Amino acid sequence: MHMADALLAPAVAATMYVASGTAAGISIAKLKKDENTQKLPTMAVTAALVFAGQMINYTIPGTGSSGHMCGGMLLSALLGPYAGFLSMIVILAIQCLFFADGGLMALGANVWNMAFYGCFVGYFLIWRTIIRSGWFRNMETKAAIRLKIIIASIAGCIITLQLGAFSVVLETSLSGITELPFGSFVALMQPIHLAIGLVEGLITSAVLVFVFESRPELLQEVNSTEKGIANRQSLKTTVIILAAVAVVVGGGLSLLASSNPDGLEWALFGNAEEGYAENMGLDEEDFGVKSSAADTAAMVQEKTSFLPDYAFPGSESAAGTTVSGIVGGALVAGAAALICFIGGFFRKKKRPGTV
Amino acid sequence: MDKIDRAALELREMDELAAMKSPVHFMHPITKLIITISYILTVVSYGKYDLSGLLIMALYPLFLFSLSGISMGICFRKMRVVLPLVCAVGLFNPFFDRTPLFSFGGIVISGGVVSMITLMLKGVLCLQASFLLAATTSMDSLCAALRRLHVPMLMVTLLLLTYRYVSVMVQEVSIMTTAYKLRAPGQRGIHISAWGSFLGQLLLRSMDRAEELYASMQLRGFDGSFRYAEGKKAGFPDYLWAVLLPIVFLLLRKYNLAELTGRLLMSAGS
Repeated sequence: MHMADALLAPAVAATMYVASGTAAGISIAKLKKDENTQKLPTMAVTAALVFAGQMINYTIPGTGSSGHMCGGMLLSALLGPYAGFLSMIVILAIQCLFFADGGLMALGANVWNMAFYGCFVGYFLIWRTIIRSGWFRNMETKAAIRLKIIIASIAGCIITLQLGAFSVVLETSLSGITELPFGSFVALMQPIHLAIGLVEGLITSAVLVFVFESRPELLQEVNSTEKGIANRQSLKTTVIILAAVAVVVGGGLSLLASSNPDGLEWALFGNAEEGYAENMGLDEEDFGVKSSAADTAAMVQEKTSFLPDYAFPGSESAAGTTVSGIVGGALVAGAAALICFIGGFFRKKKRPGTV
Repeated sequence: MDKIDRAALELREMDELAAMKSPVHFMHPITKLIITISYILTVVSYGKYDLSGLLIMALYPLFLFSLSGISMGICFRKMRVVLPLVCAVGLFNPFFDRTPLFSFGGIVISGGVVSMITLMLKGVLCLQASFLLAATTSMDSLCAALRRLHVPMLMVTLLLLTYRYVSVMVQEVSIMTTAYKLRAPGQRGIHISAWGSFLGQLLLRSMDRAEELYASMQLRGFDGSFRYAEGKKAGFPDYLWAVLLPIVFLLLRKYNLAELTGRLLMSAGS
């Protein structure tokens, strides 16, 4: 689900950076308030573990395929949402820089799609709600918690992955990158991620149940339910934080959507500027003389301008643009070859000195 | 080779690449960060049919690969993970966008084909730029640069610590996977009966390890932040490049150099 830079327009990427940055700022402030430096090594080691753990293949029974575990849910269940979110950011940054998985500019969007939903939505709305709920009250406490962990992890993984996949579609469509209609893109992405979410949820729940059975104190919330202590106050603040962040994102994205015409339109206008520039210039001169006809002419021009390039009398200029573009491209290729040659030359010259 | 072993090798490879010596490696990390971000922004801002304008931007990574002596093959090998999504999104363009853009030798090229190629090229160029940044800058100097840019200390320290431990964890998982595989020949992954315990065991051990790590860090006077040795000071060339290259990118974005020179040659020829 890692998005590459090419799938995002700069404005969308910037909005996502602001949104993720806000969430990160809040998380840092929360952790600083605790003044718990002990958490830092634990966060780092757990993040590294999740990074490595995501590469383990788990055989899905009955099929030939394999699945992976879900990092966001696991981290927030072990470290809490704020520390989990920061750890996820670091994992995504390392994946982006050292494994070319994702992109530097798309990092904000990737953090949002994978870490924000996994850690905040997954933790506050799903993990904590389910673990604290009074489900399976008639069962033995341990068995009840085990069932709740399983349900919370599976529901969490499915829901957060669905949200993430939907965001990928939304961000790509807003960027005007794909010609794929929004509806079909959604129909393509969501079912795939439903299956992935289910498998990831099962694996994550297996790991969390194992942790619960050997060291229940490592899991967030589980102990507080055992003791019957519920920190109700923080629910309100988190809802406020979530709402604030949602407003930032929603506001940013809607601003974008209104100020930028949609991708196709934008491309059409961009095209018109380049392709028809010369035609337009010529026409304007003619109409300048007979200004009374200018309005009608403008109307005609507006109508005809939706026709493809080659339908115009000035089609030679469009063809000329293409040919000169190709000649220019060849020149670029020539320059590329030259650069490779020169670089090699310099390095060969320098090597005896540096080694 | 297993995925996890390959990851271990790739991490080592990146460390080795970052330890090489070349003019690009000696450049100040903040300069490199500024140039890389401005390059990516420029590349992504190109219109979806602007293939000829985008082509010239390919010269920048080529130039850096050439100057730093890093093989381009390593970068392409890494792209196998993320490029499929870009390609999958782009592959639909020819089907949905059939507006003829131009004809070339009797074959009408539709807008979808051009936008598909442009999208894929953008994807490759952006990945190359961030790869070059990571491959020519060590994690320590990158973190020091982030700190200079006022990225919160907690974040930078976490990044540095996690990076240290990623290689340790990858190695541990690799050992465990090998051991498991040897005892379960012919099996493609971890069996469902071991789904929880496989990673769970490692997780418990790691939590203990984290506590020991914290104890040892405290004994060495850790107070929540690392001290960085004052890295290389930015010299005049660093400032120059940090200003010059973004301006060059902007100019290239504004004026389609490939097309302009092409047109110039055509007019000279006729």
